[in-house]
Amino acid sequence: MSIETPAVTAGPFAHERVSISRTMGLVMLALLPATLFGFWQFGWPAIHLFIATVLAALLAEAMSLRVAGKPVRPYLMDGSALLTGWLLAMSLPPWAPWWIGVVGSFLAIVVAKQVFGGIGQNLFNPAMVARVALLIAFPLEMTSFVAPTPLFSAGAPGLVEGLAITFGGQGFDAFSGATVLGHVRTELGQGEALSTILPGLYAPVSGAIGTVAGSLGETSALLILLGGLFLLYKRIITWHIPLVMLGTIALLATLMHLYDPEHYTGALYHLVSGATLLGAFFIATDLVTSPVSTRGQILFGAGCGLLVYVIRTWTGYPEGVAFAILLMNACTPLIDHYVKPRIYGRDRKGAPIEYADGAGANQ
Amino acid sequence: MKLFKIRGGVHPDDRKHLAAGQSIEILPMPALLHIPLQQHIGAPASPAVRRGQHVAKGDRLANGQGVISAPVHAPTSGRVMGVGSYPAHHASGLSVPTITLKPDGEDRWGDSIQGVADPFALDPDEIAARVAAAGVVGLGGATFPAAVKLNLRKKYRLHTLVINGAECEPYLTCDDRLMRERAEAVIDGIRIMAHALGVERVVIGIENNKPEAQASMVVAASAYPSIRLARLPTRYPMGSEKHLVQTLTGRETPARGLTADIGVVVHNPATAFAVHEALRFGYPLVSRVVTISGGAIAQPRNLQAPLGTRIQDLIDYCGGFREEPARLISGGPMMGQPLPSTRVPTVKGSNGVLALTAAETNQRDPMPCIRCGSCVQACPCGLVPLEMAAHARTGDLEGAVKLGLMDCIGCGSCSYVCPGHIPLVQFFNYAKGEMAARGRVKQKQAETKRLAEQRTARIEEIKRAKREAMDRRRREAAAKKQAEADPPAPATITEQPVAAGTEA
Repeated sequence: MSIETPAVTAGPFAHERVSISRTMGLVMLALLPATLFGFWQFGWPAIHLFIATVLAALLAEAMSLRVAGKPVRPYLMDGSALLTGWLLAMSLPPWAPWWIGVVGSFLAIVVAKQVFGGIGQNLFNPAMVARVALLIAFPLEMTSFVAPTPLFSAGAPGLVEGLAITFGGQGFDAFSGATVLGHVRTELGQGEALSTILPGLYAPVSGAIGTVAGSLGETSALLILLGGLFLLYKRIITWHIPLVMLGTIALLATLMHLYDPEHYTGALYHLVSGATLLGAFFIATDLVTSPVSTRGQILFGAGCGLLVYVIRTWTGYPEGVAFAILLMNACTPLIDHYVKPRIYGRDRKGAPIEYADGAGANQ
Repeated sequence: MKLFKIRGGVHPDDRKHLAAGQSIEILPMPALLHIPLQQHIGAPASPAVRRGQHVAKGDRLANGQGVISAPVHAPTSGRVMGVGSYPAHHASGLSVPTITLKPDGEDRWGDSIQGVADPFALDPDEIAARVAAAGVVGLGGATFPAAVKLNLRKKYRLHTLVINGAECEPYLTCDDRLMRERAEAVIDGIRIMAHALGVERVVIGIENNKPEAQASMVVAASAYPSIRLARLPTRYPMGSEKHLVQTLTGRETPARGLTADIGVVVHNPATAFAVHEALRFGYPLVSRVVTISGGAIAQPRNLQAPLGTRIQDLIDYCGGFREEPARLISGGPMMGQPLPSTRVPTVKGSNGVLALTAAETNQRDPMPCIRCGSCVQACPCGLVPLEMAAHARTGDLEGAVKLGLMDCIGCGSCSYVCPGHIPLVQFFNYAKGEMAARGRVKQKQAETKRLAEQRTARIEEIKRAKREAMDRRRREAAAKKQAEADPPAPATITEQPVAAGTEA
């Protein structure tokens, strides 16, 4: 889609210092701490995978723009493709082979974004479409997580070994580990009680700091929270979606935990584990695929939270953030259609306001 | 006083420091004045002078036509050079009926100019009549005839007069300076208007970025307990009258209605000043304070200029351009309109002339909408601008109207914050204009149909009347024949009724 540019004769003749590339840039800046932490924690293979994923996203974007006959440079420079690749890489298992990232990027950019018409037109969050598609198509690669092996620590793969892991198809059985969510889910499925599963496996502190197995950029709840607060401060996002989504998850988890503490984990566990915070602050708040009105955003956030909890707790998947957000993305047009702000001077139904005392009208 | 919140709005860089420190200066009389006959909303005035005629300052050049109109007066004494056409103070730059006046340098008021000793002894109708005769219109930029608004008391139960000194548009400082320097006169005008409206309460709203104006107005109003000052938060569009009234009273004006619907009338401080001049001295509106500002102006100033002064004369007095402006604008940068050239005259609604640099306008090529919702947050009217624009762009104007297009006040907050630099207001203005054009066509069609139907009915009526007349004659002829055949009856002459309605 290209917007025809009228010879502008209407104001305003001043403009806030904003642009799409600035918005995308600030989001990436907010992601930076958690990303760097992921690099440090999972070492060279993670860095290689990240680079491969991001480059593939840019390549896919450039090719699509060329095919669509759109100017490549301005659209490539808006930063949206870079951000999509970045978010996708953050959600991948850190030692996944390079082609996971590349295939994912092409799915995200070509199928989930450009086929819909490019920036602003996609119904679903491209990174999450790719993540879910990869999870379903390559369940083994997408669930092979590693325990943290910080960069330059003993036993951590070096640059070359890292290349071998990412590009050489070399296995890494020695390092494999499951995510907390996955492990708990499996054990619960085998009839174990939480009081026997959790000790030694999960501690809120390590979950918050992020020294646990998990996706490349999702493990450190605190750093992601920091990035999210930065976005709130910069007014790129508003509090409605993240707070309501997290609140809904916390509420449900607390209620179920009170109901049966042996089979339902508490609120903190859900908040610091998996993609909860990344999803709440960076994915669910995706501008393109979330509702535009405040009330719509509250509804959207609540829906995301509800679905995350339901999928994590009662379905076959240990993690539900991607599914939940995609399902709510599908509801966004509906929400935007029915939930609109009240127009000035009108009631919610659209009729002009009438005052009981007749206001200034002469009786 | 307690203020209420309004939704949305933006915080543009107000750039008032450029001209706010400059006292009002009286512009030396230009060599030639071009006074358009329409400087107000409503019907244009019709010329009352001939070419070559000598006029005194304040003489009526053109008479108002109809209820919503305003007369135009001579800004100075001189000779009428022509009653012709001249480029309008409008983005189109089209020529409009204009009277050209060559000042004689004497600047002599007419003999009939006379003020009233005690305006408060006058009947409200008399005040409104004098305001109307002085050609006073809303000087905030809307240029609605002020007298019409003073007469709203007849239709509404009014309780409050609000003086809109928000001046929320960036750059503009003319009201600020007027309130600082001529506070007594402004307050006097306000009191006269309150008297004409018959209201008990007056609230003067001034944004907090004008502390000096607030202070001087407080001092000037200190003797009058019914006049209160509201210190408004600095936020655009605080000066939108419906939003200002909401801030002050907590009440929204019903859709499609006037603030008078909730008992409030809003006037601008410059209008109050003009009312003061008209009542106390009998001076018609022949000049106004204009802010000349912007990064491209060498020395930004606030000038009291006679109406009809070419923009070029104003700019010359301010030292010309510092650099080639990217935009020349009449009014503020948010809602003002681009001027086609510096030839156009100053009019009653000119509150500012801005020459903006490219860095100030920060205009960029539009990108696609990313649905960020910034416009939804910024809209003070609770609209969803991105959707309205999408409908307008594809030509679905009814769809845009359904989404509230007609509730849009065109403040430009949405465009201002759009990261995609999408010209949303442009879309809305196009859609509004197109809808108005369609409305006119529809009205014309309806009117044509009505006239055609009337004509058909009239023709039918004529035919029917003719037929009846013929029938009657036939009957009479038959009766006559009968009478001739029969023996003559006692002489009674029946008077022939004249067939009515046969004339079209």
